[in-house]
Amino acid sequence: MIGRLFSFSGGIKPDAHKNESAGSPIQPAPLPSRLVVPLRQSTRATARCIVQPGQRVLKGERIGEPEGFLGTAVHAPTSGTVVEFGRHTMAHPSGLETRCVVIEPDGEDRWIEHAPFDYQGASREQALGWLRECGIVGLGGATFPSHVKVGKGAGIDTLILNGAECEPWITCDDRLMRERAADILAGAAMLRELIGARALLVGIEDNKPEAIGAMRAAASACAGDVSVVPVPALYPAGGEKQLIRVLTGIEIPYGKLGGDYGVQCFNVGTAHAVYRAIGHGEPLVSRVLTLTGNVERPGNWEVLIGTPIDQLLPLAGPKADTDRYLMGGPMMGFALPRLDVPVVKGSNCIISASPSLFPPPPPEQPCIRCGECARACPAELQPFELYWFSRAKNFGKAQEYQLFDCIECGCCSYVCPAHIPLVDYYRFAKSEIWAREREKSAADQARERFEFRNYRQEREKEEKAAKLAAKAADTRAKLAEAPPAGGTATAQPPDISAEEDPKKALIAAALARAKAQKAAAQSNDTGTGVAQEAELSAADAPPLAPSDTPPRA
Amino acid sequence: MLTALLVMTGIALVLGAALGYAAIRFKVEGDPLVEKIDAILPQTQCGQCSYPGCKPYAEAIAKGDADINQCPPGGEEGIRKLADLLGREFKPLSEEHGVEKPKAVAFIDEQTCIGCTLCIQACPVDAIVGAAKQMHTVVEPLCTGCELCVAPCPVDCISMEPVSETVQTWKWKYPVIEIKAAA
Repeated sequence: MIGRLFSFSGGIKPDAHKNESAGSPIQPAPLPSRLVVPLRQSTRATARCIVQPGQRVLKGERIGEPEGFLGTAVHAPTSGTVVEFGRHTMAHPSGLETRCVVIEPDGEDRWIEHAPFDYQGASREQALGWLRECGIVGLGGATFPSHVKVGKGAGIDTLILNGAECEPWITCDDRLMRERAADILAGAAMLRELIGARALLVGIEDNKPEAIGAMRAAASACAGDVSVVPVPALYPAGGEKQLIRVLTGIEIPYGKLGGDYGVQCFNVGTAHAVYRAIGHGEPLVSRVLTLTGNVERPGNWEVLIGTPIDQLLPLAGPKADTDRYLMGGPMMGFALPRLDVPVVKGSNCIISASPSLFPPPPPEQPCIRCGECARACPAELQPFELYWFSRAKNFGKAQEYQLFDCIECGCCSYVCPAHIPLVDYYRFAKSEIWAREREKSAADQARERFEFRNYRQEREKEEKAAKLAAKAADTRAKLAEAPPAGGTATAQPPDISAEEDPKKALIAAALARAKAQKAAAQSNDTGTGVAQEAELSAADAPPLAPSDTPPRA
Repeated sequence: MLTALLVMTGIALVLGAALGYAAIRFKVEGDPLVEKIDAILPQTQCGQCSYPGCKPYAEAIAKGDADINQCPPGGEEGIRKLADLLGREFKPLSEEHGVEKPKAVAFIDEQTCIGCTLCIQACPVDAIVGAAKQMHTVVEPLCTGCELCVAPCPVDCISMEPVSETVQTWKWKYPVIEIKAAA
């Protein structure tokens, strides 16, 4: 059992707004008229399409093969026909397109044959491969592939289940814990065995007493060291590093992960997906999503991956004054560029925003370095310094002030009395730095290739010269050795040393050879005598052979 | 008098020998300034600066033969960095050397390609694959967009395609405050 709780610095307490949707049980969302399944579920990795338009697929059938180290498989969320493989807008702040498989459901929702995976009898690699094939990624929002996280780091002592759900409005994990606590803990037990941890800690914010109660009841039936720990509700307690700090007191330094310190953290939704994948053999094809905000019927829905958002919204009934929709929470989420974007594995919440619920921010004022942001920052950074440097595009300095430790939680922007959109500046600076690094590595590669090409050209030139010289020497040797063809009337190869000019010597030798052949042919055709031939060759000789070496008769 | 002279000569000889030895022992290979300039240049190897590659241009800048505003792919930012490094005044890109364009990569129309290998020979970074009388193609991630392959093509089947933004290369924009129209 856990002795006492620790705390992280900073943090804020925004209005939780959980009550709107926390009371409504998870219901399966009706089948949409079509599903747009992006092969790229996160910016990190993509999958390769393995189906063709017109092909019939069953629920859970693989449609995308994992590509690369961070790739995971993508599956058909329901049975139906693949109607298109094309580019569609992705649920991403950029509003850019990505390759998607469009499936028209047949309404039967028929599963492909699947069987539980015997993870205890399989090797660790096989089990990790299974998670990858089932498309299991972190469902907390970051969609980091779980097989990589499980496979990383040896000697992990503690597995933490993240049920904090600290962002306002979102209640999908809360409902999942209330309704499927036993499944979550079964998945957690599998994860614990796979990573070889001893203890299992479930961190839940104390504003979810029902979830804590349900998880505790389920935990009492579980074997091993399981404890459900209420943590103080303080945003961002659900941040990985923050939750690890609160539960274990371990502070993960810059550039390190929990795995380096014997702690690994998974979202409760991920644990549930792991249970479905291993215990039932079902790949990840749906997730729980909260529809809330400025709507008539806020609630939690079990939604198929690939369901277009505009087909989900009628379930909640957005009110007339809704002006935009946020995906994710109000702190870290983004406004949807379009409404036909599909739900992806990392989508946990859609908030319908209205000017009365989310009033437009007052005009930005100059920073007076009051330091409020530094007090609120859970990563213990100095946001105002980062702001100055990012704003001035002084990226080197921003990195010196540990810009990349920023988790973009938005606490600084929330408390800023000058209403500066601080996180926007950090995001801008981060993506600029990444772009520069990409350019730099491309330039380094180009330089290397250019230098190698020059070296190769030089080498080829040398090799060619050497080959030519060798050939010339060879031919001369042959000519000197071989008995003069066509009788006595062969013109001598001109006396040019191969060292001087191998090419010239080679040409001269070839000419001499051709002449000898010609002479021989002539003697055969016309039946002229040897003497005549000699005369002929003598007449031919001057332009080729030096005149002071008359051909011998 | 003589002692003083001898002492001074002795010191001069010893110091001279030490300096001479140091000059040989600690000789700097290459010009470090050239390396620094070369690191700023974009390595497209396009030759628009009128030098055969980025390194020769870097050498010319270091020697003072070339100006810092002759590199169109490096653009304004490249010129600023060079100006910073060399302590010179910023000047706009020289027009005779070209204009700054968005990054593009070469694209070979494979239907038209006759397999003449001229573009392969022109490519400074070996980013085109193919063989005589075989179709050629550009290895997109390696292409620097130098356009050197466009001119030699006898059938004009190479075009420059601008690189489109993907989710992975997309950048957050600089935050700007929207100015609302006065009501």
